[in-house]
Amino acid sequence: MISFDPNKLIRETSVGILNEKNLSIKAEKIQCFAQQCRLDTFDMIHLRGNGHWGGSASVADILATFYFHVMNIDPANPKWDDRDKLILSKGHGAPMLYQILAHRGYFDVKELATFRQLNSRLQGHPCMNKLPGIEMSTGALGHGLSIGLGMALAARVQQKKNWTFVIVGDGCLNEGQSWEAIMAAAKFRPERLVFMVDYNKVQLDGPSDEIMPLDPLPEKFKAFNLNVADKVYDGHSVTEIMESWEWMQKNQTAPMVVIYKTHKGKGVSFMEDQSKWHGAPIDQTSWTLGREELVSTLEKLKA
Amino acid sequence: MSEIKQISMRQSFGDKLLELAPSMPELVVLDADVSSSTQTIHFGKKYPERFFNVGVAEANLVDIAGGMAACGLRPVASAFAIFIALKATDQIRNNICYNNLPVVLVGGYAGLSDSFDGASHQSITDLAIMQSMPNMRVVAPADALEFSRLLEESLKLDGPTYFRICRNETPVISDQFDPVPFGKIQVLKEGVDITLAACGITVPIALEAAKQLEAKGIAAEVLNVSCLKPLDAETIIQSVGKTGRVITIEEHNVIGGLGSAVSECLMQNHPVKMDMIGIQDTFTETGPYDKLLEKHGISVDNIIEKVNKSTI
Repeated sequence: MISFDPNKLIRETSVGILNEKNLSIKAEKIQCFAQQCRLDTFDMIHLRGNGHWGGSASVADILATFYFHVMNIDPANPKWDDRDKLILSKGHGAPMLYQILAHRGYFDVKELATFRQLNSRLQGHPCMNKLPGIEMSTGALGHGLSIGLGMALAARVQQKKNWTFVIVGDGCLNEGQSWEAIMAAAKFRPERLVFMVDYNKVQLDGPSDEIMPLDPLPEKFKAFNLNVADKVYDGHSVTEIMESWEWMQKNQTAPMVVIYKTHKGKGVSFMEDQSKWHGAPIDQTSWTLGREELVSTLEKLKA
Repeated sequence: MSEIKQISMRQSFGDKLLELAPSMPELVVLDADVSSSTQTIHFGKKYPERFFNVGVAEANLVDIAGGMAACGLRPVASAFAIFIALKATDQIRNNICYNNLPVVLVGGYAGLSDSFDGASHQSITDLAIMQSMPNMRVVAPADALEFSRLLEESLKLDGPTYFRICRNETPVISDQFDPVPFGKIQVLKEGVDITLAACGITVPIALEAAKQLEAKGIAAEVLNVSCLKPLDAETIIQSVGKTGRVITIEEHNVIGGLGSAVSECLMQNHPVKMDMIGIQDTFTETGPYDKLLEKHGISVDNIIEKVNKSTI
């Protein structure tokens, strides 16, 4: 039988991260917390019988690092004028975003159990007018870069210093609109705008190399005249994600691109890099086997 | 009677943006490489830090505007009506309407007004698309003056608004009537025999038809339905309650436009005999604006003919 008690979602793993001054200890704590979120997301998607595991697992460490280390935000005052903004353009990563937002204090973690249920604020894809902490409703792919550009330009008009982070996946970059936004970002050049690619190279129908090849991706962004980080960061290493933030702070005067190498379905060996696990329901057997792996990794990280 | 002025809505658009700019620091204007046509270029020249020409990229245009609106700015996004409605449908729905963001969309060169450019540039589906979007206000102003007034009002409202405006100079008639609140139907002429419900550039045409009908002893009531959504059902029902019949006149496909909106309202509340003048579910073509309108039945003569048939 499935055991899923929302009260158990109140994990000690997120406690103390924000105040941790030692960066290497902080990185370890975030790494551990992200793995806990992965496990809870895995349970949640299995329980619900729908939701996107692959892309959620892929983006876990990036989201955890940004919400617990990078962003200047106030969950008690989610509409604070000067806050940093993050748009999850790959809106199907919603289950992971909800985990992180709940633990960051935007809403009660108990509410996570309502994911994808009727009358829930936790819609299948993020909805900004229902749930605090969501900067923009997403779901239809390819919107995020334009919206983020609009937000960064708004900051310029309003003379604000906040950051705008947009996380896109392979699917988003298939959409022509993304490249309209990239062209326009290179034209208008707002400060403190980062396009972050959760580059797991797998999309719904198969490997992106087969469905719609994006490589050479850094060169494409460079050809569009954006400032692209030379290093492709490991999107599952909190230390490297922290390092990418250091790079952003040194390059903030023009729109930036940071590519993170990630794995779809990260954390469950037989699901990793498999397009099947983009959005397939997690059946009982896969759940049992996958959970063992996720728990085992979590135990190692905690030790 | 003094001569009726002819002013284009795009001219009043450009002028109004310039007028509002000093007192509205949150006003930003976006265009898609048609600013010299839509007249937003004047705002762009005077306020370059608040003007964003995104090139021929309507989807990007609307989403950038949405992002700005989410941050407290009041964006006006301008492009040709046909292209903003068709190429940015997803962005209009999933961004600005779903999130109820205060973006004002202005579709220029609407209806058949880009007449010589032909069917590829003539917008006969924008009202249908926009009306189907929850949260969207849909407005087809009757003339340059009414557009100017409603544009200013729309910038004080929550949520998105779509204006479709004409390229060419059209008669200014709204100064002859007392303005009504945003969203209300203006009764331009009272009558008991038939209701003529018009929107956009067909309003002066309907008024002229009513004048000629008057001489023949037929008292037509003329409604300016500039706001198609939300629709002022009360005024329409009241009018047909008196007249018992209605003709809608629009510069749009009769499917999904004013005819549909009025029909939906009346079928549920007060069914009466009805006729629809507009594009009869066909593609249009190149030609002089007035002749093209005439060919598609958007003319004084056709209104009179339909009224005569309807009132026999």
